[in-house]
Amino acid sequence: MIWDEKHERMKKEEKESLQSDRLKAMVERVYKKVPPYRAKMDEKGVKPGDIKSLEDLRLLPFTLKTDLRDTYPFGLFAVPVSETVRVHCSSGTTGKPIVVGYTAADIDIWAETMARTIAGAGGTSNDIIQNAYGYGLFTGGLGIHYGGERVGATVIPISGGNTERQLMLMEDFGSTMLASTPSYSLYIAEVAQDKGVDIAGLPLRCGILGAEAWSDAMRKEIEKRLGIKAYDIYGLTEVIGPGVSFECEEQHGMHICDDHFIPEIIDPETGEVLPLGAKGELVFTTITKEAFPVLRYRTRDITRLIEEPCGCGRTSVRMERVSGRTDDMLIIRGVNVFPSQIEDVLMRFAGAEPHYLIVVDKRGAMDELEVQVEVSEGTFSDEVKELEDLRARIAHEVESVLGVRAAIKLVEPRSIERSIGKAKRVVDKRNL
Amino acid sequence: MVRQISVFLENKSGRLAEVCKLLGEVGVNIRALSLADTLDFGILRLIVNSPKEALDALRAGGFTVKESRVLVVEVNDEPGGLSQVLGTLSGVGVNVEYMYAFVEKSGDKALVVFRVQKPEEAAKLLDEKGVKMVADEEIEKI
Repeated sequence: MIWDEKHERMKKEEKESLQSDRLKAMVERVYKKVPPYRAKMDEKGVKPGDIKSLEDLRLLPFTLKTDLRDTYPFGLFAVPVSETVRVHCSSGTTGKPIVVGYTAADIDIWAETMARTIAGAGGTSNDIIQNAYGYGLFTGGLGIHYGGERVGATVIPISGGNTERQLMLMEDFGSTMLASTPSYSLYIAEVAQDKGVDIAGLPLRCGILGAEAWSDAMRKEIEKRLGIKAYDIYGLTEVIGPGVSFECEEQHGMHICDDHFIPEIIDPETGEVLPLGAKGELVFTTITKEAFPVLRYRTRDITRLIEEPCGCGRTSVRMERVSGRTDDMLIIRGVNVFPSQIEDVLMRFAGAEPHYLIVVDKRGAMDELEVQVEVSEGTFSDEVKELEDLRARIAHEVESVLGVRAAIKLVEPRSIERSIGKAKRVVDKRNL
Repeated sequence: MVRQISVFLENKSGRLAEVCKLLGEVGVNIRALSLADTLDFGILRLIVNSPKEALDALRAGGFTVKESRVLVVEVNDEPGGLSQVLGTLSGVGVNVEYMYAFVEKSGDKALVVFRVQKPEEAAKLLDEKGVKMVADEEIEKI
């Protein structure tokens, strides 16, 4: 179901004219109201009047995460704090968080983009949405909440954690949609299994899952174990929160709400705008938000844009599943390699959650890539030839996916260091 | 048929010693063993007196283990004894994946472990040919 027929099915020319008008007004406003943006534009010698069309977007300076951090807490707000009705923060793991503000109109935009997201997964006023995203400073919980109410669904604001209670309400209330991170959905399935709850037999029909990187293999695992259809949703606090882009029933890329957020793909090294369809770093410019607009914000997420018409009838540009982060990118013999690509291959052999370590070293002038993979009881064979065969198949798959040869080393379980939270996946000895 | 335990080992010093230490601590006695090795890793195969305790101890110690069924065949401890058994195996069309000999003897017979593809079928065929095989319970008693 399409939530906003007018905007989601807008013709290309009409959309571009709307984007262009909104962009010009936004740049004008930001230049006037936000000193750090004005300083950056002045430094680049760009005046609001230079932005005459969408093409001129590339004249504007980029905004980096550090720019957002340096202006803590309200330095990039384009309205006085008294005009905002809410603030959220990004989960800053080091130092001060990034603070974003919303006016009442911004909250309304957000509820609309989230309503589109929920409708994209087939959600209607008949649905019961179990919202297991965290409520609080994090945008996930309240983002889903307002979108769910906007479509008229029944929202269970359970927030994350307390998995046994999640299961109890899921059974007793007959939740039809689960909103959570992909990994938490799998955890719920695990607990269900331990408790003898047949989760696949419950009325739960789909999941809108996001806020972390996941692979297609993981999607299949979730769909199988929970007996649902799993939809990928994308968003980031700096842009608005969840509701930036979402999958429809076609599940061929995520539709970007591009009447609010204009995407670009750039070369992360040079900053150059890449042609449509090329893979690179995703950049967003918000063109409707009042309190916290961003000019060409570098997300550090790697993806590509898809412009071909979608079978669902929406005309918005789509983005592929994020395949990595510029911060994790390794350059091996001149080829860009992302740990997520390797993880994807390993998932196919080892099932969910493979433990692996990528070791990069130099032999002479040549980069050497080694992937250490823990042998689990599922992959272990008593026969040498089968283990050698497993190793050869992994090596072949990795090479065909990356375009770079990697040595695969089978190691004992738990020989790769475990960490709580974000796993350490890469050791780059070239920098030592 | 007899239960065999296989353990994945990285080729680094002390791993085999660690396995033996873990088994010793829970009072498991190793009856026969074989180590297949490659450049990076090895597979240790064990016949022990109490396979369940051995599996539990190794899993708890963080090893990847697998249990499989093997044939333990009595071979006449004399020249040509093994050849005779191998002849019977190939005569009934059973392909040997790998084999190793027992440390201990029972009487004037030697014991040889055979890993074959379909152990149950193979055991039946060998039995029909009058080949003597040892069962799990007998291993516990050795």
